[in-house]
Amino acid sequence: MSVVLDVENLKTYFHTEYGLVKAVDGVSFHINQGEIIGLVGESGCGKSVSILSVMQLIQSPGEIVDGKIMFEGQDLLQYEANGPQMRATRGRKMTMIFQEPMTSLNPVITICRQMTEILELHLDMDRHTARERAIELLRMVGVPDAASRIDDYPHQFSGGMRQRVMIAMAISCNPMIIFADEPTTAVDVTTQAQLLELMKDLVTRINTSLVIVTHNLGVVARYAQRIYVMYAGRIVESGPAEDIFDNPQHPYTIGLLDSVPRLGEKHGSKKLIPIYGLPPNLINMPPTCAFLPRCTYKTEKCEKEPWPALRSTGDNHYISCYVDVRGKQ
Amino acid sequence: MKEPDNDLMVEVKNLKMYFPITRGLLKRKVADVKAVDDISFYIKKHETLGLVGESGCGKTTTGRCILRLYQPTSGNIIFAGKDISNMREGKLKPLRSNMGAIFQDPFGSLNPRQIAGSIVGDPLKVHDMATGSELDDRVAELFQMVGLDPTMKDRVPHEFSGGQRQRIGVARALACRPSLVICDEPISALDVSIQAQIINLLEELQEKMGLTYLFIAHDLAVVQHISERVAVMYLGRIVEITTSEELYENPLHPYTKALFSAIPIPNPKIEKTRTHIVLKGEVPSPVNPPTGCHFHPRCHMAVEECSRERPPLRDIGGGHLVACIRV
Amino acid sequence: MSDDIETGETPADALGGEVALPKHSEWKRIVRVFFGRTLYVIGFVIVVILILTAIFAPWIATHDPYSTDLRHKLEQPSTEHWLGTDAVGRDTYSRIIYGTQISLLIGFSAVSASAIVGMLMGLAAAYFGGWVFAIIMRFTDALMALPGIILVLLIAGLAGGGIPVVIFALGFGGIAMMCRMMCGLALSVKQNDYVLAGRAMGMSHWRMMLTQIFPNAFPPLMVGITMGIGGVVLGEAGLSFLGIGVMPPTPSWGGMVNSGQAYLLKNPILSLAPGVAIMLLVFGFNMVGDGVRDAVDPKLRGVI
Repeated sequence: MSVVLDVENLKTYFHTEYGLVKAVDGVSFHINQGEIIGLVGESGCGKSVSILSVMQLIQSPGEIVDGKIMFEGQDLLQYEANGPQMRATRGRKMTMIFQEPMTSLNPVITICRQMTEILELHLDMDRHTARERAIELLRMVGVPDAASRIDDYPHQFSGGMRQRVMIAMAISCNPMIIFADEPTTAVDVTTQAQLLELMKDLVTRINTSLVIVTHNLGVVARYAQRIYVMYAGRIVESGPAEDIFDNPQHPYTIGLLDSVPRLGEKHGSKKLIPIYGLPPNLINMPPTCAFLPRCTYKTEKCEKEPWPALRSTGDNHYISCYVDVRGKQ
Repeated sequence: MKEPDNDLMVEVKNLKMYFPITRGLLKRKVADVKAVDDISFYIKKHETLGLVGESGCGKTTTGRCILRLYQPTSGNIIFAGKDISNMREGKLKPLRSNMGAIFQDPFGSLNPRQIAGSIVGDPLKVHDMATGSELDDRVAELFQMVGLDPTMKDRVPHEFSGGQRQRIGVARALACRPSLVICDEPISALDVSIQAQIINLLEELQEKMGLTYLFIAHDLAVVQHISERVAVMYLGRIVEITTSEELYENPLHPYTKALFSAIPIPNPKIEKTRTHIVLKGEVPSPVNPPTGCHFHPRCHMAVEECSRERPPLRDIGGGHLVACIRV
Repeated sequence: MSDDIETGETPADALGGEVALPKHSEWKRIVRVFFGRTLYVIGFVIVVILILTAIFAPWIATHDPYSTDLRHKLEQPSTEHWLGTDAVGRDTYSRIIYGTQISLLIGFSAVSASAIVGMLMGLAAAYFGGWVFAIIMRFTDALMALPGIILVLLIAGLAGGGIPVVIFALGFGGIAMMCRMMCGLALSVKQNDYVLAGRAMGMSHWRMMLTQIFPNAFPPLMVGITMGIGGVVLGEAGLSFLGIGVMPPTPSWGGMVNSGQAYLLKNPILSLAPGVAIMLLVFGFNMVGDGVRDAVDPKLRGVI
């Protein structure tokens, strides 16, 4: 399997009135061809900022301060954020699906025009071919009656259908990577199931890679091959999906899995085990592990040493923790 | 008809809540949004009834009807033995101190220009239950009860995190020591690691204060965890009601089954082996719902008869109620 | 997906809500934003100076603004009369100083009156909705359909001038705007769940309007109120210029511009000096209004 995207030591900081926020602080990850990746974490952990950085969509007061983003043998950070190379990459080779499709679709332009615009811009299609292709794409993503609905405006579609349109737009130029930022958070569970199933099918069909950014561990359990867990701007655990869920090793991942109720547990049979405390304030972080104040496995070493680097604990499984949790569970 | 039961906190009978859609200058009614379409259920004292369904199914409207934030179109709501469905606001006010409400959005449900202590004390002031130093003491006590530091009572909401704000919301709901609390999606706006804290808090408080909950949520796993009994709603109607365990072990309504299957389970092994029912199509509009059983156009078990008549919610034994003619 | 994707998120959103913000005072932030721009500070200083001038007029003025001296009429500026004297020999400088009192009195009274009445009406319309809303909105429609100046001229003309009449006329004209603004803001505030929470606990209408809706709808209105003062002072000057405003011999800037215009070529300072005073006041209040707008803008919260 060839590596499509390799991000190394990415750092994105925000200069706010309260101080410097290290939203992404030394994140490394890679994506293989045809792979589905899950990037999991709570709000504020830097998962969205990471992918926005890869797309170079960070706006002031944010700034990418360090790192390498290797894509097709080139470091994307060498390109200007709005330069011609980046514009040829973004929206064509790398595309994005947002959480709330209503804010990413232009409300006063028909679906047809919004879709053909991309095709004309990136693939040099003429209007007629582009329209035919757009209808075909809508059929692919399961919009019923695509040929007539293509001339509708975004508000005439339901939330789930708008998200399908977004998916159609994201795959329209046969991208190498699709980033989906909380793609199903704004829709209902049954619609979520439809959309996830659809995305999985499309990934195999057009042989692209998909990164699902989400706070919901369940969403990635079914489809992702590999998972990265982020906390406070860093990746704290990564590995093959089954391994992460079967054998979580970072105290934060363990906490996350324990704190969600499982289906079928008898009422009152088991209390949830929450993660106590709050996610850290990203300003003026101490050099020690950011999870330390909430950790139930901490040792003296954790209090003294800086935030640990990722270490391997077996087959492609990495954690950023000093403690060997396995013996203690 | 059964005898008036003293064990019941709330009894809802044939509740309908239609919102008119009006057009033009004269506000001519052109249609109704049938948000809640003839539902009946009860909540026993000290129990938690979960109300689950997708957005637009009428679960929030049901909660608001019980709180009498809406005037129901028809039907009866019997709260603690009194029919409140047509009660006037003046007579209703004393009863309101006996009902608490927790809202979904911890950002929108607290007045940003009011300090936390005053927010929590508001119900006590409204019902003249405490003044002066007694009020301060009671507020401090409430803060401690929900796990907040009472010294933070002079802060405004935006100085709290989402989880802390929801704790303020819980404290406000419990200020007058109500017996019934309507929890409308109390955790869905919170981060995963915080959700469990709030669920545990609600469970502890229920035990301590003998509360009765109506727990409204879209997440079946959460609802199942916290509730003794669960009601599943689809497009304004209840399609199935039973105990939490029975619902999981023996879901009967095809919609309940689909809902279970749609919930992602954080375990790839289970996920890859279990069968998935992916529903076709989308939830129809409550303005113009399908005839007969509302679910029939999306149902894989549907027969012709399903489109003709509304299936009654019938007991198939042991208090398991289901509205489907095919089971 | 096009290239110019707007994420539509402020950095605070992108960083997530769960990040516990450090305790900070919103008031301090407002002060910092406000005093961060030179123009706003200049406006603020002008307003403060004008208010101080009005309060300490007897000490700042060099002459009695009412005492006439026909031997020294229409004099050019001198060390005795800093800005010269008018047609009946009154000291122009002192009259401008005392005119500040009149302008601010009229400005503040008319705006407060229209703000109080307008805001109460707007609040009631938004809160109760239904026929209350319909009646109040039709009333403001009617008010707004009349050109403002005609309405004011009508009232002032019928009642025959004088300070109370000017305040009433200008204040009355401002009600519709205040009512509309309040109503719009209150309607959006009413959408919040905390209003629902208030209803669920049985809060009275008064308490709900005053503690829940008003405090959240008011800050953006402060802009309208501050700028309104400049507008009213301008209106008063216009009325007095036309001779139906503040009655002589009371020193009013508008009246002074009016009486000075006969000597515009020979003694231009008679009209120019009060004209400049009017301009400074309007500029000052407008700048303060702009500053308040920036400072209370929720979109800037957490950014600056």
